[in-house]
Amino acid sequence: MTPLLEARGLTKHFAVGRGLLGRGGGVVRAVDDIGFAIESGRTLGVVGESGCGKTTTAKLVLRLEKPTAGQILFENEDVAGLEGLGLRKYRKSVQAVFQDPFASLNPRMRVDAIIAEPLITHERLDAPAVAARVAGLLDVVGLPARSRDLFPHEFSGGQRQRIAIARALALSPRLVVLDEPVSALDVSIRAQILNLLRDLQRELGLAYLFIAHDLAAVAHMSHVIAVMYLGRIVEIGDAAQVAAAPQHPYTQALFAAALPAHPDERREEVVLAGEVPSPLNPPTGCRFHPRCPKVMANCSQHEPKLKLAGGRQVACHLY
Amino acid sequence: MSGLLEVSGLSTQYVGARGTRVTRAVDDVSFTIEAGRTLGIVGESGSGKTTLALTLMRLLPPAARIAAGSVRFDGEELLSKSESQMRAIRGKRMAMILQDPMASLNPLFTVGDQIAETLRAHEATPRRTAWARARGLLAAVNIAAPERRVGEYPHELSGGMRQRVVGAIAISCGPRLLIADEPTTSLDVTIQAQYLKLLGDIQREHGLAMIFITHNLGIVARMCDQVAVMYAGRLVEAGPVRTIFNEPAHPYTRALIESIPRFGDATERLTAIEGQPPDPSALPPGCAFHPRCPLVVDRCRVEAPSESRVTAQHRTRCWMAAPAPADVLKG
Repeated sequence: MTPLLEARGLTKHFAVGRGLLGRGGGVVRAVDDIGFAIESGRTLGVVGESGCGKTTTAKLVLRLEKPTAGQILFENEDVAGLEGLGLRKYRKSVQAVFQDPFASLNPRMRVDAIIAEPLITHERLDAPAVAARVAGLLDVVGLPARSRDLFPHEFSGGQRQRIAIARALALSPRLVVLDEPVSALDVSIRAQILNLLRDLQRELGLAYLFIAHDLAAVAHMSHVIAVMYLGRIVEIGDAAQVAAAPQHPYTQALFAAALPAHPDERREEVVLAGEVPSPLNPPTGCRFHPRCPKVMANCSQHEPKLKLAGGRQVACHLY
Repeated sequence: MSGLLEVSGLSTQYVGARGTRVTRAVDDVSFTIEAGRTLGIVGESGSGKTTLALTLMRLLPPAARIAAGSVRFDGEELLSKSESQMRAIRGKRMAMILQDPMASLNPLFTVGDQIAETLRAHEATPRRTAWARARGLLAAVNIAAPERRVGEYPHELSGGMRQRVVGAIAISCGPRLLIADEPTTSLDVTIQAQYLKLLGDIQREHGLAMIFITHNLGIVARMCDQVAVMYAGRLVEAGPVRTIFNEPAHPYTRALIESIPRFGDATERLTAIEGQPPDPSALPPGCAFHPRCPLVVDRCRVEAPSESRVTAQHRTRCWMAAPAPADVLKG
């Protein structure tokens, strides 16, 4: 079966401007030669810390950025080459929900106008048909029908995120990019939204690209997890396996650093020294080697390629 | 044994501009923390946890007033202290770490200046000595190359290092109590782990009592001995961490614990709490949690639950957890 979306050798470099004297300057390797696939109705979770390239990956998938090299194939078609009707079709098929529902909804538009906007842009529907679709979408995301006449500020964070989800679903997309969809929400509301997203996936056969720093939430939501470090995928594989027995030393440290759900839950203590280096000047060899507790002689010389270890792909010289 | 900090019946209110609208941000809160121990205060936005911390430090904005209660620190009543007496205590005997280190540090002064300022204000340390101690404190919070970093400005440091500098300032005068308000929320996962480990090490070394104000039960599970759960300004449950995680007595606490995704738990759906936290300026009558509570009975809608003891150390405010008072049983 061909995946819904596939990234091959995906790379995005940003040129950094030179200083006044023409010095400095360089290239930020935000995303560097990564590959993944997302199948219909499944979730790919992407985890990693600031600067690992997860948000750039989301932007590439949404075609808000164009790749420096590599390809994104959507139903076997290169997304970079799309224009006109093809691009419009892609934009309909791939939608997004962002972290902050206070920033992603226009405060001067009523809820019905917010949800209807993509329908009006992309589909020729008459007013009653649009109203019917909006009513249906509100129902799907669990908002009362009277919400349509209200403004975003009249809603709580969780309800606003439901509005953002309704807007994302308006065009019946195949893939939804979820960039930290619950991080801005209160703890008691997060489970509501995660449950809603799971239900919608099952009912509508949606694929998700789920980006979050909450590892337990990603493990809960995803079928496949990709772990990124400084623009590279260091481990990718079945979500349950990656979470239960991480193989790459970075993944191990990341999962060990995740907070416990119970005071008796004791994790192996792997406290990483140092901080993530600048992607402007990543370390030679394996980019993780300066912080790696299992560093070996050749780690600073050769960059490891992804290879099969423990039923998933791992980029580490240990395997 | 009496505690280092004893808070009883504490109520803090925000008063609207015309004096008519009163928001009970903290309502009749009592707890004790002993020297060297860690208390987690858990709540969502609007639960009053930050107002509580500001009340303890006497750093409330002008619109707030402390309506009732007492805060005894090391045997002294803080609420009757003058502002100048509080200034001598704050930063010296009790210190605070806030969420955003960029907002706590002054961008125009070097790291060394800012650490030295606290020492000079409280201990009249000469400038040179204060700078030497600043270098020592940077080393104590695991900042590499402290002799170089001490002369740098906050913008030259990473987020994790800035928060370490804030920690260095907090411990500079050897406080007995450290209040940390969401100290790791702005940090990455592995940096958060480093910082929490550092705080734990500092605590053990100096016998510091700590209060963690957080929305994250994971931090409580990792760091705290005791936990107090706040909802709509009230302390709805308090007790030892293990007891609360294993046998929560309040339906809100139980739902919060069950709503967190866990590793290796294959259940399809999370337990969600329906509805949303109430607006603190328009609380529902009776128990503020009743509109969301799965166990709600008529009494919850009209009468706010009084505090009851589940065990000697475990308190809660819930009619369903409380044994009915004798007079109700008779009548």
